[in-house]
Amino acid sequence: MATLAFIVADGVIYASWLFIVAVGMTLVYGVMRILNVAHGSLYALGAYTAATMVGAWFQRGYAPLGSFVLLLVAALVVGLVMGLILELGLLRFLHGRDEVVVVLATYATFLILEDVIQLIWGVEARPAPQPYSLLGTTTVGPLLLNNYDLALIALALLVGGVGWWALTRTIAGKLLLAVIFDREMAEACGINVRRVFLVTFLIGSVLGALGGASTAPMISVSRGLGVDVIVLAFAVVVIGGLGSIPGALLGAAVIGLSRAAAVHLLPQAEVFAIYLIMTLVLIIRPYGLLGHERLRKV
Amino acid sequence: MRTATSTLGLLAMAIGVAALFLIGLPAPVASQAEKYRVGVVTLLAGPFAASIGVPAKNGAEMVAEAINNGTLPAPYATKGVAGRSLELVVVDESTGTAKQVTEFRGLAERREVDAVVGYLVAGSCLAVAPVADELKMLTLLSTCSTPRIFEENDFKYVYRTSAHLTPDGVTAARYLLKRMPNVKTIAGLNWNMAYGQDAWRDFRLSVQTLKPDVEAINEQFTTFGGGQYGAEISALLTKKPTVLHTAFAGGDFEAFVVQMTARGLHQNIQMVMTAGAGSMYRLLDKLPDGVFIEDRGPYSVFARPTALGNWFRTTYEQRYGITPPYTAYHMGQAVLAFKIAADKASKGGAKPAPEEIGRALEQLKFDAFGTTVHMSRSRGHQAVTESAIGVYKFDKAKSVPTVVDVTYYPADCVNPPDGTKGEAWIKGGFKGARCD
Repeated sequence: MATLAFIVADGVIYASWLFIVAVGMTLVYGVMRILNVAHGSLYALGAYTAATMVGAWFQRGYAPLGSFVLLLVAALVVGLVMGLILELGLLRFLHGRDEVVVVLATYATFLILEDVIQLIWGVEARPAPQPYSLLGTTTVGPLLLNNYDLALIALALLVGGVGWWALTRTIAGKLLLAVIFDREMAEACGINVRRVFLVTFLIGSVLGALGGASTAPMISVSRGLGVDVIVLAFAVVVIGGLGSIPGALLGAAVIGLSRAAAVHLLPQAEVFAIYLIMTLVLIIRPYGLLGHERLRKV
Repeated sequence: MRTATSTLGLLAMAIGVAALFLIGLPAPVASQAEKYRVGVVTLLAGPFAASIGVPAKNGAEMVAEAINNGTLPAPYATKGVAGRSLELVVVDESTGTAKQVTEFRGLAERREVDAVVGYLVAGSCLAVAPVADELKMLTLLSTCSTPRIFEENDFKYVYRTSAHLTPDGVTAARYLLKRMPNVKTIAGLNWNMAYGQDAWRDFRLSVQTLKPDVEAINEQFTTFGGGQYGAEISALLTKKPTVLHTAFAGGDFEAFVVQMTARGLHQNIQMVMTAGAGSMYRLLDKLPDGVFIEDRGPYSVFARPTALGNWFRTTYEQRYGITPPYTAYHMGQAVLAFKIAADKASKGGAKPAPEEIGRALEQLKFDAFGTTVHMSRSRGHQAVTESAIGVYKFDKAKSVPTVVDVTYYPADCVNPPDGTKGEAWIKGGFKGARCD
């Protein structure tokens, strides 16, 4: 029973982190049909910026709780600045091009940004662990949980909830859905698709950076951070269905729970479990659990 | 007269041929002969560049510079390598195993190096070692922890100037059972790759050989560079082993420490961390007191305070602002071994052949930076050193990390004897081990 409780708790925590990391990627794909490999760089930039700001914050002896605000500020600054640079400086010129060309362009951007990160921060690791232990722990029955992990669940619920509300209950969200369903028809109806693309990409970028910023206190931020994350985020969006936000939630939950179950019940299969699930889903539903086959316009 | 004319003609012809021959010689060959060019291969990108890769490059550059300036402490104060200057050609190891073979060929064939030193990752050195023999390129592996290199192969041109992984596990097991003789259960959290699996196997087998009733109750193998250990920590909290072994290093080690201390895993479980000492200068008080810690040999905080040991640590700290981790020592002693062997093999003007430098390395025993290296295993191709382990303690008054209760184990106590595989040696009860 205790093991089952741990599997659920660990699975939900890991799924929350995965959802925060992957939701921006799937949103950008859903609206813009861009599989943004540079999402991994936005994650890494968010983590580095947050670690640097948090490190400086504690070095100056400011109020510890203020470091949580810094994590959000880092995500916003990185997401908005990099989102603007990438959308206006690169992606705008690639709209309408073959999806493979766009993937290659974002992959090239990812490689460039990896070197930019090294130029700015060097190769030294940047630990900023203070916020991770600030909130203490909670004991629920046999479970001893870190409250920072519980805060990640709350953050994922907030991101998912606000996303759902914005998409289904606001005019802007409905405009976005119109673009997702049929870009040409939306344009013909007078929707400024370019602006929708820009706003979507900015939101996606902020979410990517938020994933990195919220992870920074849990790890020692170092080179190559974005590489592993982009593979995991890709697995999440493929399982859930490319472009589907509820799919990202479902994909994150499936991966989170299966990984936690593997760690507790069959540790040797931990690495293998995620990709086994992805393979099985793709065999049964090639477009992901909540994805749909797209008709090709000729 | 005819004789004089023909003699002059022959002389002119000889001078002409000689001049043509000299003009035809490629200029770089002349300059190549004046120096030793050595390829240095280490991780320059990726999650392990900062913690172990770049320090290895720093160690090589620092020692090479001291060799060229003649500023190494005695007995190595002679300038250069066999009278020639030493030039390093640095190559990134983080580009994958297949690329490493191409890079190795590039070093040998296009960049015309005299030797290659380095390699941190087991996969890289396993891939390049056969190529080194094929190209007859003298190769000194600096770290490359896997015992398989010489246990499963017989290379002519490949040498390793540091001990392999087996002594880490044996050292940890001996120390653990000396301090905690009533251990009942052990668990492991390691990378799902040769390094992690071998490290756990050697530790587990050593503990169970020394105390057969110890049970291994949880074996976790995670992704290299994974960074998220919530579920693993929960599993360990559930299983409640007496001891947890990990050979994590670098970013993953630091991430695990941050996450496990936040959930109090260390409060009821004795931590044995065989490659973590390099991270203690970054973690400071985040690494809990009481952890049993190693640095893959007698390096860093464990290095003996000899003239060479003090020179290495002080110079490195002044130059790079941090205490050198084990990979810096490994690389430094590989470059030093090359100098010693080339000096020994040198006979006057010409450069000795790779085979001659290789023969000079076999059975070589030399003082390195804080320890003594003996090339005494695998026909003189594999080095052994003593090992060291201690208990981590953060000195709050001085705000510096320290290690107390340090124990050194002689090389013959923790390394398998020549010709014996580590796993078989441990299972067989450490036959021939000399621990006095």
